[in-house]
Amino acid sequence: MSQSLKDNILEIVPEATFEEGGQWLNVLIDSNHWLKLAEKLRTVDNFLFDYLFCVTCVDWKTHLSMVYHLESKNNKQILVVKAKIEDRNDPKIESVSSIWKTAEFHEREAYDLFGVKFINHPDLRRLFLTDDWVGWPLRKDYEDDVNMIKL
Amino acid sequence: MLEEVGTTETGDLIINIGPQHPATHGVLHLLLTLNGETVKKVEPHLGYIHRSIEKMCESLSYRQFIYVTSRMDYLSSHINNHACALVVEKGLQIEVPQRAQFIRVIMDELTRLASHQLWWGAMAMDVGAITPFFHAFREREMINDIMEKTCGARLTMNYIVPGGLMADIHTNFVKEVKEFLTFFEKKLPEYDEMVTGNVIFRNRMEGVGILSKEDAVSYGCSGPVARASGVSCDIRKLYPYDIYSQIDFKEAIETKGDCLARYQVRMKEMIQCVSILNQLIDNIPEGEFQAKTKAVLKLPKGEFYSRVETARGDFGVYVVSEGGTTPYRIKFRSPGFSNLSAIDQMTRGFKLGDFVAIMGSLDLVIPDIDR
Repeated sequence: MSQSLKDNILEIVPEATFEEGGQWLNVLIDSNHWLKLAEKLRTVDNFLFDYLFCVTCVDWKTHLSMVYHLESKNNKQILVVKAKIEDRNDPKIESVSSIWKTAEFHEREAYDLFGVKFINHPDLRRLFLTDDWVGWPLRKDYEDDVNMIKL
Repeated sequence: MLEEVGTTETGDLIINIGPQHPATHGVLHLLLTLNGETVKKVEPHLGYIHRSIEKMCESLSYRQFIYVTSRMDYLSSHINNHACALVVEKGLQIEVPQRAQFIRVIMDELTRLASHQLWWGAMAMDVGAITPFFHAFREREMINDIMEKTCGARLTMNYIVPGGLMADIHTNFVKEVKEFLTFFEKKLPEYDEMVTGNVIFRNRMEGVGILSKEDAVSYGCSGPVARASGVSCDIRKLYPYDIYSQIDFKEAIETKGDCLARYQVRMKEMIQCVSILNQLIDNIPEGEFQAKTKAVLKLPKGEFYSRVETARGDFGVYVVSEGGTTPYRIKFRSPGFSNLSAIDQMTRGFKLGDFVAIMGSLDLVIPDIDR
């Protein structure tokens, strides 16, 4: 099953690479290819990933990486897509809130804490922090003299 | 947000509910756009209890980070701890002794029961009935007493740790749980008699706050909220952990997707909890309550994800490890966060009074949403 899944993904994004051996199949792509892949993952019969259960971002100091955990209720499979965002100073990626409605909130969270700008997001504002907050707290180089949490 | 209060150009009224309001069960702030009494839009404003637990965890060791998770969904703290223990055990490939697995599941189910009891009382109170709240708390108190004797805590348990349990159960544990179960089994029909069949209650709940199956999946809803819309999503059934694969229980599913369906799912779940506990309580195997682990835990480089079913739904812990003693990045996937995002969809077109019933039926715990 995993092989056919890989072939199908490679048809859409030939540049995609894979990580295996972990819990689930990981697909590594560039952020530019994400929307194209996401649309197919949601609609094509052998994917049908309808349940986006986790969206998050990881700061790798040189670049950012968006991580999407997808589950297909019909085909009972799980796929992890990691979209690499090269430009850490002005990170941008297409929003998928039109495909999975849950993404709207999750993307606002990622914007709030990592500063990732989601293109075509309907309402991109900070979610937890106040509107006048400066900086992106979950980034590795974030320093705040007053509120810094160091244990 | 004071400047946002008032009327819009089209004559719609904008009002705030929360951050301090009894119907929001915590510091949640909702901005409602009303046309007369009809809700046109609900916009949640979060962050009043945001502690950045994920950032905190980056400087905590794999034994320490369990403690902060008790403070997220405080009504499912055992189950949150369980998820964290599972993710560490997955990374280190620790085999957990059977005895510990049994006790963990018993604790999970007791927690689920206590959480649903609190919800049941609060739900009835939201729609105007005070008495059920006291009944629910009387029974919940018994579970809390058992927890207090076993874990030393009534809310933030920190009892389930990587490798097994913090300590063994106390000598009277089995006896007390059995006493509670016999007592509670008689109470469940009373719950139904008091609330479920009540005409006023049903009128407030039936056909209110409908969420379709497609929307429930698209909004990432899980737990009783999604199951009330006919989505099969019980992690205990789909991806069993510990000894759940050996237990005989039914996944509670309803199809209507309204407030009453969400109510019925939780009522059915309480019956299932009692059944699971009855299956396990007499069969706790003898043996160790903890596997032998190193004093300092180091997860290998890689990524680990564990999923459990809390009283609110699909709770996930995503750990990115660089091989050190602390995680490089931790993400907590909380069920309440996704369930809340569907509130706008559920409430639109219903009346302001219905909104309170919808909030109650979602069973939100705000620290779980804000993290």
